[in-house]
Amino acid sequence: MTGTVAARLSAQPFFAALTDSQRGELAEDGTAVTFTAGERLFDEGGVADMFWLIEEGGIALDMRVPGRGDQIVETLGPGTVLGWSWLHRPYRWHFGAVARLATTTLAFDAASVRRRCDADPAFGYAMLRAFTPVITERLQTTRIRLLDLYAAPSQVRHADIGPVNA
Amino acid sequence: MQPSDDPAREPSDQAVIVDAEELPALFDALRGRGYTVVGPTVRDGAIVVAELASAAELPFGWGVETEAGRYRLRERSDTAAFGHSAGPQSWKSVLHPARARLWSADRVTGTMEAGEAAEPPRYALLGVRPCDVRAVGILDQVLTGGQHTDPVYRGRRDGAFIIAVECTEPGATCFCTSMGCGPGVESGFDLAMTELTDAGNHRFVVRAGTAAGADVLADIPSRAADEATVRHAVTAVDEAAERMGRTMPVQGLPQLLADSRESPHWDDVASRCLTCGNCTMVCPTCFCTTTEDVTDLTGDHAERWRLWDSCFALDFSYLHGGSVRTSGQSRYRQWITHKLGTWHDQFGSSGCVGCGRCIAWCPTGIDITQEVSALASLQDAATADEDEDRP
Amino acid sequence: MTSRRTAAPALTEPAAETAAVPRFYRVASRREDTADTVTLELTEPAQAVPAFAPGQFAMLTAFGVGEVPISVSGLGDSAGGRARRLEHTLRAVGAVTRALHAAPPGSLIGVRGPFGTSWDVASAAGRDIVIVAGGIGLAPLRPVVLTALADRSRYGRIVLLVGARTPGDLLYIDELERWRRDGVEVVITVDRADSGWSGEVGVVTTLIEPAGLAPDNSVAFVCGPDVMMRFTADALAARGIPVNRIRVSLERNMRCGVGWCGHCQLGPLLVCRDGPVVGYDRAAALMRVREL
Repeated sequence: MTGTVAARLSAQPFFAALTDSQRGELAEDGTAVTFTAGERLFDEGGVADMFWLIEEGGIALDMRVPGRGDQIVETLGPGTVLGWSWLHRPYRWHFGAVARLATTTLAFDAASVRRRCDADPAFGYAMLRAFTPVITERLQTTRIRLLDLYAAPSQVRHADIGPVNA
Repeated sequence: MQPSDDPAREPSDQAVIVDAEELPALFDALRGRGYTVVGPTVRDGAIVVAELASAAELPFGWGVETEAGRYRLRERSDTAAFGHSAGPQSWKSVLHPARARLWSADRVTGTMEAGEAAEPPRYALLGVRPCDVRAVGILDQVLTGGQHTDPVYRGRRDGAFIIAVECTEPGATCFCTSMGCGPGVESGFDLAMTELTDAGNHRFVVRAGTAAGADVLADIPSRAADEATVRHAVTAVDEAAERMGRTMPVQGLPQLLADSRESPHWDDVASRCLTCGNCTMVCPTCFCTTTEDVTDLTGDHAERWRLWDSCFALDFSYLHGGSVRTSGQSRYRQWITHKLGTWHDQFGSSGCVGCGRCIAWCPTGIDITQEVSALASLQDAATADEDEDRP
Repeated sequence: MTSRRTAAPALTEPAAETAAVPRFYRVASRREDTADTVTLELTEPAQAVPAFAPGQFAMLTAFGVGEVPISVSGLGDSAGGRARRLEHTLRAVGAVTRALHAAPPGSLIGVRGPFGTSWDVASAAGRDIVIVAGGIGLAPLRPVVLTALADRSRYGRIVLLVGARTPGDLLYIDELERWRRDGVEVVITVDRADSGWSGEVGVVTTLIEPAGLAPDNSVAFVCGPDVMMRFTADALAARGIPVNRIRVSLERNMRCGVGWCGHCQLGPLLVCRDGPVVGYDRAAALMRVREL
């Protein structure tokens, strides 16, 4: 992918609600980064000093589970953002991230973005307004996955009501 | 509407008078044609629907006291045989029986038999009130009016002979007038009778509705109906329409129920409703059934039986390890919304005939007409609030 | 006691054909799709199997056990307009489905049907077909793919978004690959991955946006658990597909399949007669009412 960070940022709907000048400021903290398939972006527990806007490809979020190895908890695709642990202390990753496919991204210096948010509350608020819907949506879909809707009745633990007739 | 304005109620030159003593002749005429007569009789402290061996088994001189949650026999001061209402059974006991075999199969011999275990008799239904005549018509639509015909119902309905008895004495829980199906009856019968007992003269004004009815009537001793008597019968029925125990506000009822799905009123009903299902058992139009497959010990002979079911049963809506409708609120809402509302969407008419049985036989006295009034009041209040909120 | 299984004759035709009485067909083949799901092929050489449209269902009888509604998942070869085989994919969740699930080739299974409304794939002619399947919901949707592929030039894109519980719960894996080669855009996600899975992980609705659908020219077919269908249909509608071009396949308890038993009601709808395939314009409000 070619073009300046600023231009590529404007092409992504994710930060569309930011003003042009806010986007310009954000672009100053961004660089274009690509990953090959299988390349690890960060480990669980690592310092959350970046966040990425995925342009093409796919990222898998994983967690190291003893006895199960690296378990993928969610995959993210183009147009969405990877990483929000940089928003608040202790600025540590709760999951790991690895490129599932060859992936192009815009990577942002989290510490610098945080300094901008502190210095300019309007900018900070606009950033939060962009990030919170993502967080809400991922929470919602995770809750739905917890419902285990595709499970067979015997796989779901609940109070048994009525005879099993079907 | 004055009685004389209604052309259908004009004295007919087909109407005859049959004295009560000639009822045995009616039985003879029916049984001589191979019918099994089914009608009201006193049993177990109620007037039930049963096979009658003779006219003597009719409940002469028996009436009922009915109210919400109350049904008592009482002795009448006359000898009327049909002076009662809201009995615990309806004609669906005969036409849509509580247990019926659908088929039987043997996988060793490779044989399959469809239909009931024994061919049902041809029934003559004696004493079908106008509300129940309408109920039979409603069951006709549900069970034979769609793409597929219920063979059990068809097998019993096709041969049935219906003797309607108009109402001159509505019960306290009755509201057939509101539902537009009583207390007189215009169609859906082979014979229609109006019972008169004034001046100790127990007789029936009878008219035929079909050729089969006229054929039976011709075999019974009768005399030509004089205009005064016919007028008397017509007036008695018309006056009964003014004395209904209850009314049902039918205007906009399906929409009211559809709009009331989230009404707080269901909690109120649920605090009173035991979900016992009595209402569905006594209701002449409730038709829900379930099936049960049974085998012998070898497993090679299987039968499927169909049984009455009720939407109040907890597993009625069972799906994927649990029921859709588990709360009492949802099951009562389902019953009343179906009966008065969505029945229109599914079958093109109301499912209620105003017979009042559900009111009498509810152990906690829930009154379907009052529940509708409550929903309507809440709806009016909600609309008034909305109007107030508007600038 | 002699073994009766091998020599059992076919059950004779009932005297009067009514919708109440099953015809017994033989299991021609039984394929295990997942740990708890099988696909049965039913046939009877002596008689033609009735023609089922995609989306319709049969009431299947396990001899002596009971009867359940199961959507048709394959229509077999057609010859002279009548199908030769019926395919049903089912999951063992109760007494009847456990018996059907275990039915060996050669055994008898009763069939009543076809009943219900169809997906009406033909109405999508000239448009993109968008299929979203959740779990075993892929089974009733399989005939949509097969019908569209049989007449490929009639339709635009065929997009198939599949959500499954785990990779081990995916149905028709070989066919999904074949369909991909035949031009169906197949995208799969699982709720929970295992260590061997390198594909997408997440709910099936996350596949909608990246698919780049043309809402003005799409017809959507959605099947899966109630909640999944609601969220998916809402997500498709949010993308601009008109609700009357989004179809869901509803499911309710059925004892008769033909509108007599009263069990399958969802408000004004009798799911056996007005469904199971219903437009989301009709179904949306009903699906949102608690315990309807």
